[in-house]
Amino acid sequence: MSAVTTSFPNAATGWQLPSRGKVAMAGLIIAESAIFTIFVVAYLFYLGKSLTGPTPREVLETPIFYTICLLSSSLTIHLAAKSLARGIAFAFLGLWLLTIALGGLFLYGTAEEWHRLIYEHGLTISTNLFGTTYYSLVGLHAFHVTAGLIMLLTVAVLGLCGRVGVKQSGHIEVLSMYWHFVDAVWVVVFTVVYVLGR
Amino acid sequence: MSSNAITIPGTEIQARPWVDELHQWLTTVDHKRLGIFYMLSALLFLAIGGVEALIIRIQLMRSHNDFVSPEVFNRMFTMHGTTMIFFVAMPVLFGFANYLVPLMIGARDMAFPRLNAFSFWLSFLGGLLLYFSFLGGSGLYGAGNAPDVGWWAYAPLGARAFSPGHSSDYWTLALLVSGFGSIGTAINIISTVLCMRCPGMKLSRMPLLVWLNLVMAGMVLIAITPLSAAQIMLLIDRYLGGHFFDTQAGGSAVLWMHFFWIFGHPEVYILIIPSFAFMSEIIPVFSRKPIFGYPVMVGATVCIAFVSMSVWAHHMFTIGMNSYANSFFAITTMAVGVPTGIKIFNWIGTMWGGKIQFKTPMLFSIAFLFQFLVAGLTGIIQSSAPVDWQLSLSYFVVAHFHYVIVGGILFALFAAFYYWYPKITGRMLSERLGEWHFWLFLIGFHLTFDVMHIPGVLGMPRRIYTYEPGRGWDTLNLIISIGAFIQAIAILVFLANLVISYFKGARAGNDPWDAWTLEWSISSPPPAYNFATVPTVASRRPLWDQKHPEDPDSRYE
Amino acid sequence: MLRMKSSTLRLLAQTILLLFWSAMAVWASEPKGPSPHGTNIFAPASTPAKSIADLSVFVLVITGIIFVVVFALLVYSVVKFRGRATDAGREPAQVYGSTQIELAWTIIPILIVVVLFLATARVIHAIQDAPEPAGAVQVTAIGHQYWWEFRYPKLGIVTANELHIPVSDPSHPTPTFLQLLSADTDHSFWVPELGGKTDLIPNHPNRMWMDPQRAGVFLGQCAQYCGTQHAKMLLRVSVDGPEDFAAWVRAQQKPAVEDAGAIAGRRVFESNACMNCHAVAGTPADGRFGPDLTHLMSRATIAAGAAKNTHNNLRLWIQDPSAIKPGSLMPAMKLSEADLDAVVSYMETLR
Repeated sequence: MSAVTTSFPNAATGWQLPSRGKVAMAGLIIAESAIFTIFVVAYLFYLGKSLTGPTPREVLETPIFYTICLLSSSLTIHLAAKSLARGIAFAFLGLWLLTIALGGLFLYGTAEEWHRLIYEHGLTISTNLFGTTYYSLVGLHAFHVTAGLIMLLTVAVLGLCGRVGVKQSGHIEVLSMYWHFVDAVWVVVFTVVYVLGR
Repeated sequence: MSSNAITIPGTEIQARPWVDELHQWLTTVDHKRLGIFYMLSALLFLAIGGVEALIIRIQLMRSHNDFVSPEVFNRMFTMHGTTMIFFVAMPVLFGFANYLVPLMIGARDMAFPRLNAFSFWLSFLGGLLLYFSFLGGSGLYGAGNAPDVGWWAYAPLGARAFSPGHSSDYWTLALLVSGFGSIGTAINIISTVLCMRCPGMKLSRMPLLVWLNLVMAGMVLIAITPLSAAQIMLLIDRYLGGHFFDTQAGGSAVLWMHFFWIFGHPEVYILIIPSFAFMSEIIPVFSRKPIFGYPVMVGATVCIAFVSMSVWAHHMFTIGMNSYANSFFAITTMAVGVPTGIKIFNWIGTMWGGKIQFKTPMLFSIAFLFQFLVAGLTGIIQSSAPVDWQLSLSYFVVAHFHYVIVGGILFALFAAFYYWYPKITGRMLSERLGEWHFWLFLIGFHLTFDVMHIPGVLGMPRRIYTYEPGRGWDTLNLIISIGAFIQAIAILVFLANLVISYFKGARAGNDPWDAWTLEWSISSPPPAYNFATVPTVASRRPLWDQKHPEDPDSRYE
Repeated sequence: MLRMKSSTLRLLAQTILLLFWSAMAVWASEPKGPSPHGTNIFAPASTPAKSIADLSVFVLVITGIIFVVVFALLVYSVVKFRGRATDAGREPAQVYGSTQIELAWTIIPILIVVVLFLATARVIHAIQDAPEPAGAVQVTAIGHQYWWEFRYPKLGIVTANELHIPVSDPSHPTPTFLQLLSADTDHSFWVPELGGKTDLIPNHPNRMWMDPQRAGVFLGQCAQYCGTQHAKMLLRVSVDGPEDFAAWVRAQQKPAVEDAGAIAGRRVFESNACMNCHAVAGTPADGRFGPDLTHLMSRATIAAGAAKNTHNNLRLWIQDPSAIKPGSLMPAMKLSEADLDAVVSYMETLR
């Protein structure tokens, strides 16, 4: 069986296709957006329908500070990626670590809020419809933040070992796409839960 | 499997020990091997799901039969539906996509080979998990065993209160796991198609199979995920005391229905669109003409993908939506019939003026056209909501969707198997056994599913383990069951053909069908690296251009 | 060319047709829809069912025409354009498409969709948005696993499984409007000859109506899978003439018959767990989990149609429900033979 392929017309020059990593991450973001949409729909549908228990207005406090942390981490990661593309390793690492810190702060804020809700107001996931939809939606988001932070930390470790350079800026850009997505989802969740929902 | 490289004398490799060969296969990331795995696992689950169907049909052969208990029957129809959709249809279509897409675009492999392997094994694990429920489903009060809540697991039947034990959890987790596998495969297909086409292959020059799998993959991203979300919500209800679908706490059973069908309807288009892809490759080759209206075929498919996201509540016409909602979903459902119908016309247009060769792949394709026409029309009948108020939840619906899935998708799959088996294995499937397979299956199919429309019209609901005599359903059910056994025999003939031809089939050569897409330019089976040099294309049918240099397609595009 | 010889093909086709039509003949000769009425959607006895049947015929005619046209095109193309041995090597003209043809076969289907939709929308509104006239009978239907609870709130009646409604005279309509609720999972009320089905969903009240125009008994059953005994959640609707209906109402409104001979059975009933689930009007028994038994003997069947209402069936049912309907939520009461006989006698006094 011959492995010689039949010949085809001459190659067109300049054949450019998009980067695999970016397309894949865009696909993942689309899929995740669909999951979040369903949880948001459930949240909105059940607003005002709880039969008992605390209402959003009674117990929710708008987490302005932690939101600012998370949203600024988008800026820092963007700057980090740009620094890496320009080969400025020190700036990249510093901004990257700052991003992780801001993300970690956001998670701390969520934990603090949940602690208050559970122990001071007695709101758990099984209390009423508000509890179920609130913890699911915010929890799903926090889960995605955590997954992102794990990936960011991995890169931080590799970076501190000197393994992240200009060649990896494509991968870093893909990862920062994910992080921007997580932030964008927070904008939606924040609006739905703390603005519309009260 | 593929050792078609040019061998240099004196460097022949010794035959590998079988353990080594097995290890190579199990750790493979090669899209062709993974494609074969998907196909083999689908065939395994097809046999199991088929046995479940036969059990159902034996029980329903006559009224008040007691072949199985109601509990067992309810598990059978739940497992049959879940298995066929999630562990037969989706995997086998992913398998063909995996095998063919890189070959058709002149690529070395999929964009993410390791993700590809991971996705396959997740999918297979999901199937094993579902069937483990027969062994491990025990829970509260010894209840458990395989899930018995129907493949939709409507709320509140799926709640802890009505499904104690773990049987419903096996359903939920198996589909959650394989769902993630499907999303991985979809991301892979999209990345491969958008980023790995060979030079010259603009989007407007891709084979229709590649286009349609791209659309299908896009739909998977936004259709499978609502089901995953709903299942996470169900798990929260069942294990964390959540109230998403807890009607006692003000929750909504209808919300589950919406979430499920927002997945469920696009899902059936996810299944049919790759089947359309097979038809769009096979019918032209055996009619000896290019596909009629390539741009329209692409456009119609994209149109179907969008419109199909707006029709889901036609599965919910009886749940008490108001007249405006019912009217809306009626018209969107009728509307999606337009681009779908157009495709049938385009395939007829392809055959028109051609020189049709009635090889086995074409026999199945022609049967597909007849059957998909009928299936689409019974769909239009039900799209009229008031008519659906009678026909919904009856055997008319069961007949309709089996007409689509068996008469449409399975027939297209058979055509695909007969068409690409030579490429995958290097051997032709037996035409003689193929004809036996075809005619037996055709007779069995029509005996069962043509007749099955009638009990629906006569008031027979679905999912009943037995029925009352004197309603006129007895003889009809007997005929339906006989047809099922004929189909089973035909499937055995098919499986025998697959095995026998592997060892005894005629050698296929590169291009046994005189076809026109890139996969036919390399050896059968292809070498591990697919293409020795990356091809460049100038039209939709690169091999036509090669074989007919005096009249290449590139002149007309 | 098809590999089979044409004579074999002809034989095969003839055999298939013979088998098929024999089967159809056997089926056609089978008695269908005896008294009571059958469950054929094309034998409508009520306005909603009739509107649907008429619409179905209209839709079937249109889809039938489409089928015939496309089927003919398919058969023609398969026959006319089959490749012959003489063709070897020569390819036919390579046609890529035709904008005019594409346009034609896009526009015509769109027009068909418009026509179908208009006909559909009209019937949807006629049925769903029909106003409730003054003479309407109101019934609340509550679905349970695996039986039907029927209440007539304005008449003060509670019964189970067998619905009695009056014939509706078109000049003086007395349709029955049902409110549909559920006590547990999803169910669906389907009596094909009286109307389309509507689901009973917990926390989601639904509404349907029917105005049967001839008397008789109409059959149906639950159509939404609700658990183990979904198949035996049967419906029996007795459409009564005006006098019969009035008589039935009066009988149902009375409290339970007090038969001195059944005291022993009544004691068994009230000292066991029976009264926790069942109600007998005029006695301390007022459980609502199971069917109301006040007028049990007025019903033709028990266990939601799973068995005829006879002495033996009643006895067997109370002794061991799973012998008739395994998976039913009524537990076996494990009564002694004497207690069992006594309680059955008591049940038989509840006319």
